[in-house]
Amino acid sequence: MPDVLKAPLVVEFPFTRSLGPVQSAFLTGLRERVVLGVKTADGRTLVPPVEYDPATAEEIRDLVEVAPTGTVTTWAWNHEPRRGQPLGTPFAWVLVRLDGADTALLHALDAPGADSVHTGMRVRIRWAAERTGAITDIACFEPYDGEPHRPGGHTGEFEDPLTGIVAPARLDYTYSPGRAQSAYIDALSAQRTVGERCPSCRKVYVPPRGACPTCGVATKEQVEVGPRGTVTTFCIVNIKAAHTANLDIEVPYVYAHIALDGADLALHARIGGIPYDQVRMGLRVEPVWTEGARYPGYYRPTGEPDADYETYKELL
Amino acid sequence: MTSEEAPAVREIAVVAFAQTDHRRSTEESSEVEMLMPVLHEVLAQTGLKTADIGFTCSGSSDYLAGRAFSFTLALDGVGAWPPISESHVEMDGAWALYEAWTKLLTGDADTALVYSYGKSSPGSLRDVLTRQLDPYYVAPLWPDSIALAALQAQALIDAGHTDEPALAAVGARSRADATANPHAQLKGQIPHGDHVVRPLRTGDCPPVGDGAAAVILAAGERARDLCARPAWIRGIDHRIEAHGLGVRDLTDSPSTRLAAEKAGAFEQPVDTAELHAPFTAQEVILRRALRLGDDVRVNPSGGALAANPVMAAGLIRIGEAAARIHRGDSDRALAHATSGPCLQQNLVAVLEGDPR
Ligand SMILES: [Zn+2]
Repeated sequence: MPDVLKAPLVVEFPFTRSLGPVQSAFLTGLRERVVLGVKTADGRTLVPPVEYDPATAEEIRDLVEVAPTGTVTTWAWNHEPRRGQPLGTPFAWVLVRLDGADTALLHALDAPGADSVHTGMRVRIRWAAERTGAITDIACFEPYDGEPHRPGGHTGEFEDPLTGIVAPARLDYTYSPGRAQSAYIDALSAQRTVGERCPSCRKVYVPPRGACPTCGVATKEQVEVGPRGTVTTFCIVNIKAAHTANLDIEVPYVYAHIALDGADLALHARIGGIPYDQVRMGLRVEPVWTEGARYPGYYRPTGEPDADYETYKELL
Repeated sequence: MTSEEAPAVREIAVVAFAQTDHRRSTEESSEVEMLMPVLHEVLAQTGLKTADIGFTCSGSSDYLAGRAFSFTLALDGVGAWPPISESHVEMDGAWALYEAWTKLLTGDADTALVYSYGKSSPGSLRDVLTRQLDPYYVAPLWPDSIALAALQAQALIDAGHTDEPALAAVGARSRADATANPHAQLKGQIPHGDHVVRPLRTGDCPPVGDGAAAVILAAGERARDLCARPAWIRGIDHRIEAHGLGVRDLTDSPSTRLAAEKAGAFEQPVDTAELHAPFTAQEVILRRALRLGDDVRVNPSGGALAANPVMAAGLIRIGEAAARIHRGDSDRALAHATSGPCLQQNLVAVLEGDPR
């Protein structure tokens, strides 16, 4: 068995989210250095504010300003900050009940060490120098032993309220395709295509994923298939590829299902070496390998007569 | 004739359970390759074939795999052709079991296969789990899963319900019990270790690992045909709390208590409790919420502190509790599963064996 393949996989997306009226007021407020809560029917003030009462599910939007000073209700010392977290130096995670609020807000506390932090300690907001209307407009909290600030009585009405936020997300993985697909990819780099035969129904799967979806058992017996195959069905693509690796592919082009000789499942690939409007079901094709590539660049006609429909109709 | 009596509720039992050996990495296997042996094992325990299964339900998360619709690839392992009746929850398999239980209650199926799996090794689990948080106010700060559990632990310490030595004892007991569990990832004498996020030390945190589990449910007489001593589900319920961490009392778990009440857990004492408490402090909270006395055997499997394959660890609690009933080690057991930060969502099942 060849070594299992591994490759970095980065999943990254800028999540664009719309805001409801309460979220909009709160985040716009942060941009303007105003902290808003929302009042519930029973008179509690929730900070950060939500649009529905967590106890009754009633819609709430009675905004009220609270102070930028508050009290730590619990904390945890983070000696190794991670990517994306509010501070790059050791800090405390804190839940802070701001003066005037009945619930607590999660954020970071900039403090010299764990021994300087305790539940009940007084803190105040340190605002970010540049604010855009996000929870990160609060750069962090800092220790504060002065008088509680008085909230300004802001109503939550702003001239230029936010309607949405962009929340970037990035996760890093090391992808490993497992035994069956590693073997498949490994064989491809030697310009061979291998499938796996189901021990029960004897079907040959290409690419193999390690299991027969009909029988639910592991497929282990490797079978070399192709290199030639038959186009079972196809489509004509009229949209230019967005990925940089495929920018040189001119549209329109044909993408096809190809049943490689000896395989019981069609795989899909691009067809080249023939005008797009001459590709047809039954066309016999073979892979064209690009120098140094780990997989076929495309499939081209072999020049053989077309396959009889009866020979591939089960693979459509 | 019209009857005023409520129709008899179908009796449903866990009749088979299997799990993988949980390991830090299973990079040599794809998800389906990791999952298939446990699927085959539960089928072998009951003598059922895939075609005999009335309903299939699974739990997993795309965020662990880093890939959309990742569960569809795992379906190859259950033989989903010709078409089967199948469903998936983007949650721990305990919730898939809940869905399967309701399906069996309706009478639409007599047997159900429930499975779940998680490979945490390809990504950084602490970061991956931040993506389940409130995307407006919390996720942009990237508070990792251990940081949030540490906030809860500190709140519990401040409230006087525990202290660091007591937490260390929870971890030590779990890993000692896990020596009898051949599937556990972390067992034996594990030092309490250094702080990861204070007050939590490495010994207070679960191992990061890959694993899978599967359960077969059956209704009524079918269950007795398939299993010598079925683990009857006497009650099962799940509840959720406000997502805002600062809205909740982190030292308590009212959702667990309510789910337990609705599942009938307080009607008679249990002899065993399998609690899904990935962090030591969470076991302290759950024991109080569930009013478990010292006479109840808690997590004889070692619990999530010994093996915590994300998305499967909750289903494993139900499976471990059921397996004790199958073996005759327990007559009435409680199983608990959790999901989300700081015990946000909680499921409780009460399992019983036939009287002996
Ligand atoms: Zn097969």
